[in-house]
Amino acid sequence: MSLFFLWTDILVWALVAVAVAGGGMLLRSPVSRQKWVTIFRSKIAMASSIVLIFYLAFALLDSVHFKVEKPDGGAPIVSLLDMAMAHQKDFSERTYSAPFATHEYTKSIIVDAKGESIQRYLPLKYVSSGQMLSGSLTGLLAGALIAFLFIGMHLLWRAKGNVGVHFNAVVRGRTQLPWRTAYGVFALMTLLIVWLYVMSFSYHVLGTDKVGGDVFYAALKSIRTGVLIGTLTTLVTLPLAIFLGVSAGYFRGWVDDLIQYLYTTLSSIPGVLLIAAGVLMMQVMMDNHPEWFASTIERSDLRLLFLIVILGVTSWTGLCRMLRAETLRIAKMDFVTAAKAFGVSKWRIMARHIVPNLTHIILISIVLDFSGLVLAEAVLSYVGVGVDPTMYSWGNMINQARLEMAREPMVWWSLFASFIFMFILVLAANLFSDRVQQVLDPRNAT
Amino acid sequence: MLAYIIKRIFYAIPILIGVNLITFMLFFMVNTPDDMARAQLGAKQTTPAMIAAWKAEKGYDKPLFYNAETSGIESVTDTLFVNESLKLFLFDFGLSDANRNIAEDIKARMGPSLAIALPTFLIALVTNISLALLLVLFRGSVLDMSAMVVAVMIMSVSGLFYIIAGQVLFSKLWHWVPISGYESDWAGMKFVLLPVAIGVFAGLGSGVRWYRSIFLEQINQDYVRTARAKGLSEIAVLFRHVLPNGMLPILTGVVVIIPSLFMGSLIMESFFGIPGLGSYTIDAINAQDFAIVKAMVFLGSVLYIVGLILTDISYTLFDPRVTL
Repeated sequence: MSLFFLWTDILVWALVAVAVAGGGMLLRSPVSRQKWVTIFRSKIAMASSIVLIFYLAFALLDSVHFKVEKPDGGAPIVSLLDMAMAHQKDFSERTYSAPFATHEYTKSIIVDAKGESIQRYLPLKYVSSGQMLSGSLTGLLAGALIAFLFIGMHLLWRAKGNVGVHFNAVVRGRTQLPWRTAYGVFALMTLLIVWLYVMSFSYHVLGTDKVGGDVFYAALKSIRTGVLIGTLTTLVTLPLAIFLGVSAGYFRGWVDDLIQYLYTTLSSIPGVLLIAAGVLMMQVMMDNHPEWFASTIERSDLRLLFLIVILGVTSWTGLCRMLRAETLRIAKMDFVTAAKAFGVSKWRIMARHIVPNLTHIILISIVLDFSGLVLAEAVLSYVGVGVDPTMYSWGNMINQARLEMAREPMVWWSLFASFIFMFILVLAANLFSDRVQQVLDPRNAT
Repeated sequence: MLAYIIKRIFYAIPILIGVNLITFMLFFMVNTPDDMARAQLGAKQTTPAMIAAWKAEKGYDKPLFYNAETSGIESVTDTLFVNESLKLFLFDFGLSDANRNIAEDIKARMGPSLAIALPTFLIALVTNISLALLLVLFRGSVLDMSAMVVAVMIMSVSGLFYIIAGQVLFSKLWHWVPISGYESDWAGMKFVLLPVAIGVFAGLGSGVRWYRSIFLEQINQDYVRTARAKGLSEIAVLFRHVLPNGMLPILTGVVVIIPSLFMGSLIMESFFGIPGLGSYTIDAINAQDFAIVKAMVFLGSVLYIVGLILTDISYTLFDPRVTL
């Protein structure tokens, strides 16, 4: 067993490193530190950021891959999440089954002992019935224990000695940041996840799909796809938008004309069509270069990477336009003139004096774009220009499940699962970005 | 005004050439016509002769930008770029890879697209603005707060779910409207109702929030205070002062999409089986028909630029301070 890095793994961990470094730099200045404290003083922002952290944790857990050498010569690539869910990943039922069901959803014709064929609901293979109560108890107990441990540790760390006083303040909700809300949401999420996880050993908690695959597992695996598209796209967008936007605003003249021409041209092409054109080209390119990937998982990963790059290249124009306008404004201000008079070089002025004054626009656009990108993934998969059809994603789940609604009786759980998983993530992201915008946007400073 | 419009149309030309260059690079340079031929003919068992025949049939056998075999003006005009891209400027879309006339198809499919897109646009505009004004009237109240919560929730659901839920509830369970299909006369109303209703509802969250924030920006201005001091009722203030002054940002966001309504909605049309340009595009993408996708990209850009010009013209109509 050895560590194996997919392309997107490398990028997502690079993004984590960039975010940690950037966050550290931001928090060094007391002004922006104060801004972030203000953001998290809102209970809604605190609660939604806890939810986002859970999603991020699952995405990261699913971004550590190992190559496992099997005795039969195969070497599948599995992630930490796959290992934790191995009991669902490696065993699948025959066909549809409802959440927590013990039997299949449709009758099958079997031949009984007397040689007569009868219709019967067959029992599921990998379900141990009668575990409802004991499993739930174990799950809830374990969840409570884990939540208690984490919250207790955090309480002790924040208390800095005065455990009693601090505990009282938390319970009454009198802390500077709404820790009571944070602990509440954390405990709730932990309980729910651990309960579902424990139950998934004896049941298919969200049912199974057409070929018997576990829907809960598929929905969990889809988290990585959604979160990656939402975050990595910004990693592509930011350098382009910042470099071009600041250059256009600072140099003006022909540089400005050229960059303005570039983004006007790009933004005049309808977004979905540009993405579709890019993805179509990428498909042909990948068909002609089968040597780029060794396995299906690497192939779908490469396709995800290309999709992210295409999304990034097509979506930097809006941010670039805003950064250009703001740079035009800042470049006329006294401190820039002073820096010029001191003989500071152009690039240094841009990096040290202009870009730091643009951080609020950049941060707002990162959080604003995230939910839109997660939703866009579903639409793109439906149009047929999204992630690889073999990849777990909410878009693919919806796409496969929409025809099941026409069945009689309806198979609703695949749609339900993707709906809930997406809705919670996008809702949390929207609520959080509202708050970030409210605090960081100087127009709201009054 | 006329001089301004003519100037803007001339400005549009380099942008459209740029659009052409981008699509041309995507479609012909990243993927050579050989790749396309292989993709169209099926991957493995294609011979060089078959590829050459396919290219000759489609006219893809010419050089990209410069033809060395001919002389004079021909060496620039007898190339792929001029033949495949610049022809679009004359709205000559040529034949699709399945040998259908693209311009004819587009003409026939514009109607159904508009039948869905136009009512959706108009109803959404009126509903969103009225609801936003209502919320601004009751700003800060429980109604306002809870409406904002609902708006964020509506925004957080993927549009696909609205369509699926709408089809299941209204068509499958309650049988109010047919699940999909289209007729071009008044009998087709029943096919249009559900897509329009879903389109309006799906855009409700972000729309109401956007208009509300525009009106709230106006509500604290001095002229509003003056209007109130004159003794005008709050409703009169909203309709006579806040709404007209909010017109400029509204026009900026709204007018630019009006021409694009012709393009139709990709998702809505393919879910409801409406033979418009949206489903045309999706079918082309799935069939990997590059000629159609290229034509739609060009058409979309033209309509977007027309939208930008219309936006500027609309400013002069609604705001006497703006002259072109």
